[in-house]
This record gives sequence, structure tokens and C-alpha cells, in this order.
Amino acid sequence: MTQRIKFYQTGTLAVGNRLLDEENRTVQSTPERNNSLTSGHRACQGCGEALGARYVVDVAMREAGNKLIAVNATGCLEVFSTPYPESSWRVPWIHSLFGNAPAVATGVAAALRAKGRVDTRVLAQGGDGGTVDIGFGCLSGMFERNDDVLYICYDNEAYMNTGVQRSGSTPPAARTATTPAMGQTKGNVFGQGKNAALIAMAHFIPYVATASVADLHDLEAKVAKAMGMSGARYIHVHVPCPLGWGSKPCDTIRLARLAVETGLFPLFEAEHGEITEVTPIRHKVPVEEYLRPQRRFAHLFGKSADTHVLAAIQQMADRNIENFGLSG
Amino acid sequence: MSNRTLPVNIQGNHACALGAVAAGCRFYAGYPITPSSEVAERMSAELPKVGGIFIQMEDEIGSMGAIIGASMGGSKVMTATSGPGFSLKQENIGYAAMTETPCVVVNVMRGGPSTGMPTRPAQGDVMQARWGTHGDHPAIVLVPSSVKEVFDETVRAFNLAETLRTPVILLIDEVVGHLVETIALPKASELDLVDRKWADGPKKGFQPFAVTDDMVPPMPRPGDGYRAHFTGLTHDESGFPTQKPEKVAQAVGRILDKLERHRDLIESYEALQTDDAELLVVAYGITGRSARKAVAMARDKGLKAGLLRPITLWPFPEAALKEATKNARHVLVPEMNAGQLCYEVERICGTERIARLNRFDGEAISPAHILEKIEELA
Repeated sequence: MTQRIKFYQTGTLAVGNRLLDEENRTVQSTPERNNSLTSGHRACQGCGEALGARYVVDVAMREAGNKLIAVNATGCLEVFSTPYPESSWRVPWIHSLFGNAPAVATGVAAALRAKGRVDTRVLAQGGDGGTVDIGFGCLSGMFERNDDVLYICYDNEAYMNTGVQRSGSTPPAARTATTPAMGQTKGNVFGQGKNAALIAMAHFIPYVATASVADLHDLEAKVAKAMGMSGARYIHVHVPCPLGWGSKPCDTIRLARLAVETGLFPLFEAEHGEITEVTPIRHKVPVEEYLRPQRRFAHLFGKSADTHVLAAIQQMADRNIENFGLSG
Repeated sequence: MSNRTLPVNIQGNHACALGAVAAGCRFYAGYPITPSSEVAERMSAELPKVGGIFIQMEDEIGSMGAIIGASMGGSKVMTATSGPGFSLKQENIGYAAMTETPCVVVNVMRGGPSTGMPTRPAQGDVMQARWGTHGDHPAIVLVPSSVKEVFDETVRAFNLAETLRTPVILLIDEVVGHLVETIALPKASELDLVDRKWADGPKKGFQPFAVTDDMVPPMPRPGDGYRAHFTGLTHDESGFPTQKPEKVAQAVGRILDKLERHRDLIESYEALQTDDAELLVVAYGITGRSARKAVAMARDKGLKAGLLRPITLWPFPEAALKEATKNARHVLVPEMNAGQLCYEVERICGTERIARLNRFDGEAISPAHILEKIEELA
């Protein structure tokens, strides 16, 4: 069977009554898995970031032959995975500060190079706040020097750890603790978010990709590809947050998928500043379907809703589909 | 704000936001950081109601820079943060002091050093608030100990910043920041608000940093037609950089002297039963409230205890401490750190009489704990 199976379509071993080929099975725990981010941490139910990180770090470990050092910026991922006895990392792991993970990773990579231990690889990870806001200067420096680090941004579109304040990655109109749904323009009014992946590409680094927890096979493939390269590499992973988005924990994968299928979160890969691959949208979905289940967009619906805001978000999605050539 | 007379039940961080708006703050730039985020959240809801601007910046340094710019643009401004963010802001705080740009910086203290304990209280930034930025610089630091006092001191912080053209730091410990108390908010008409002294003299030959009687030069308001140069480089009266020793000494001397001359305006404290106190407790913030209770308990036991609670931490109310300790055999300094303000108290009272009570484990110091120490010393 050659057709790739989307993760959400599968149980563990089968789709419908069809037994899957081994490589397509999504058995979560096999003896071969590293489980580098293992169970027992205290992420919320339905946490997209915990899921994403688990798959990213496991693949990175596998590709590095279990020789991996992870650097982690301050954020949810660090907070929910470290307090004893809920500590969950089975990989050499450094908590840096909020804004300096790329720089600390640069240092780790440089030290490994100086010691001739180039087979040990370096992974840095942070949330959207730590990546596109406070850590952005360090990240750009890491790209510009082409340091041998794979940087992963888990984007849940706000500062969730401190209580859901907006970030440079928060989409327009989203309600957060610092962009209340009140006044003339309800929710986030700033621009259209900061597209960190495109900015990363502008540094002409070897590899940039976007990925989603809705398609874990794709995420794994992209991490594996990135680990096969050297130099600065960047993967931006879209990870829904039930707490911050006001969505049901059971809807995490559905929302992540809808973000892709609406065109709001395009999936693509780029090498040396050129887009090499996009994931086409086979069934285009109106943005309303993605926005409606999230309470952070509740003010876009109902009697006093601003229909032009909804239309503007649809335009953003349409523009993405056109710019990235996503129509299947 | 005008018709708010009913008592409200609010937390310290919200009182800080309301105090700022009442004091005329119309620009806030901030960045999320526990345990201060509620200040930003409340400002994001309050400022649009009064035509003010709230911006969430990309980081702590950006927030500090934005309020300096907005203050130079003519607004009353504030930002709030906690330890790690306060560290990041330091260079800009020095710039505000050097360019004499009024601004209020709130630091809701959490456990440190580094990331420390984001949700636990501490008073570990006392010396950083005084000496955090490099070079000789003036520092006004206020330390409220109740929700009502947070409101009042926030208003006073704005008045001092505007009067003296200098950054004012409001140190709130996490306990007070998150403490919920019922307070009566004053009416707008009950507040004494101060506006900045704007330049209104002749435009020709205007000296933006002239030495005036009160050492506070009037600030040129953008659009009023004055030519002025702002720089963090050491500058003379004209505002342009200089390295001439006599001009440098005059410039740095003036921004330090500016505070010394207005100590009566800046210094604030609560003195409780200090007249006959044989044992004086010097405590601030939430520890000050524990100490107040401990002193009352000690008095009940017949011990002659007293309390000096500085509300202005820097410049330290030196004369008040000298007065309060004239009969004291012991001076006890309880602090939620490894010992910081005790050095200033030692400098003023000498080392012999000083006793310390330190706790830096993320817990507040209880009245019983202070009483125990008082009894031990008595």
C-alpha cells in the first residue's frame, strides 16, 4: 500500500477493517521508541505542544543515534515537564532563559565541535513567545551564523504559561488576556502575526519547514529530513492549546487539521530560501469552521458579530492558498 | 474614575493599574511575566476607556524603550514586570535616569535569582532596584505593603516621576500583588496630581538641561518648537555630549543632587510606637505588615517594641531611622531575602545593634516568626 495514511485517520493498527502496513501504524509506544518526553508530565488535557514535542524529540533522537542534547526556552513545555517528580525528559536537556535558547544551543554546538564530537547533535526548542518575540534576536543570529542547531518552535499562538497574553504569533481578532474582546476592534488588532518561517527562509538557511500535530507522520518526516542536514534548521509546528484557545481538549487534532485545511496554516518546506514542497489542500474548508469551536473567537459569531472581520480572516486564508499554491 | 466611591474588592496588581490610570497614565507598554501580568491585563482593559494606549511589546527591553519614547512624546507612562524582566530593563532605566525621562516601572518581586520561583514571593530585588543599572544614578524606589497603599503609592510614583523627571520604581512583593483586599478608591477630585514642568520660556538659546533652582530642568514638549537633543551620552546643559570634566561632574552631580534636595517630597514611612522603643523592627512590604502585628503582640507581652516601615526604600528615610533608633538597644531587620536592606540600616545605625531575620524559601515571614525573634533579643 503506497497511499500515506493521515494520523488522525488511524487507530493504532488499522483504518476501518484494513490492517495497516507496519510503517503506517501509529502505535504510540513500541520498544524502539525513545520516549524522550515520557509520560507523567503535567500538561493539560489535549495539549498540542506535548504531543508535538514527543514526536519531534523522539525522531531527533533516533536520527542522531541517541546522541542529542536539547535546549529548552522558558515556556509551557519547560514548566509542565520539569518539576520533580513529574520530570519527563529522557534526554540531556538544558533549561535556558526565556529569550536565549538559540544562543545557548549555539554555544553547546560550538563546544561539541571544539571537542570533536560532531556526532552529537543539538536541538533547541521554544514556544511562540520565546521564539518570535523575546528570543528573536538570538534566533536570527543563530540563523545568520548557520550554527549547527535544529530549532523547533511550538506555536500555540499566545503566552499560555503566564495566562494567555498575546504574542507576535497571535492571529488577528483572537481574544487574549491583553487583547480583550471589547471596544471598537475586539481581540488582537496587531497586523497578521509574525511569520517566523518566512523570516527564517530570508536567512537562506539549509532547511525551514512548517508542520502540524494534525499530521504526525509529516512532522516526523520533516524532523528526520532536518536531522539529515547540518547548519541552522528551523521547523515551526502548529500546536493547538485548549486552555488558551477555549476549545475542547478532544478537538486539538481536529483544530490543527482545520488550520491547515482552511489555508490559515500552510504546510511547506524550504531549502536555502526556496520553497521546495507544499502540502496541497484537498478539501478546502471555510475559516468559520476552524474559528467557531474556539472561544477566543466567540465575538466573531452571534448577533453582534463583525462579519467583515470574518471576511478578512477568510481573505488571509485565501491569500495563503494562492501565495503558496496550496489548491490541490 | 470620577464616581467610584463604593469599596471594591481587588488585588494589588489591579490596584496598581487603577492607580496608574487615576494618576493620569495614558500609555502602558508591557510584556507578560508572572506574577505581574495582571497589571498589564488590567491596563489593556482600562486604558482604551480613557483614550490611552496599551501596547504589548515583543520583550522586556522593548517595553521599557516604548515607555521612554512615549514619555518623551509627552505622556505619563508605566510598565510592569518581575525579576528577570527587571534585569532586562536595567540599561533602559539608566537611559531614562540620564535623559531625565519620567516613567514608572513596577517590579512585582518573585523568588530569584534567574527564573527562580515565578509564583512565590520574595524581596530579593531591593539592591537591584537601587543599583541595577550601571554608573552613578538617582533611584526612587517605593514599596507598598497593602492593596490600598499600592494604589496610593502608584499615584505618588507618577507625581514623583513627573516632578523630578526621573524613573520611579515601585517594588511590590508577590504577596501584595496578588493579595485581595477591600479598599475604597478615592474620587478623582480627591487626588493631588502633578504634571510635568514643561518648557515655556524663550525658544532661542533654549538649554534643555539647564541648572535650575530645583535642579529639575523644564522638559521641552514635542511640537512646542524647542530644539533639544536627548542622549544617553553624558551631556551638558545644551543636551549635547561632553567629556569636559567640569561639565561631566556638573551633569552627573545634578541628577544625583536633584533627589537629595527633594528628600522631604520623596521620603515616606510609617513609624509605630518608636518613641520608647527599645527594640525597633525595620520591615517593608508584606513583611512590614507581619512586623506590625508582631510589634503589637510584643507590646501585649510588655516588651517595648516599635516599628519603622519605610514606604520609600530609596533614598532611604535616614533621619527617621536615626530618630526611631535613639533609644533602641536592638534593631531587627526581617526581610524575604538573604539580607539586603540590613546593610543600609547598618550603615545608619552601626553594626552592633543589628539583628537579622531572613527567609528566602518562597514563603512570607509570619508575625509569630518575628515575635519569636523579638523575644529572643529582649
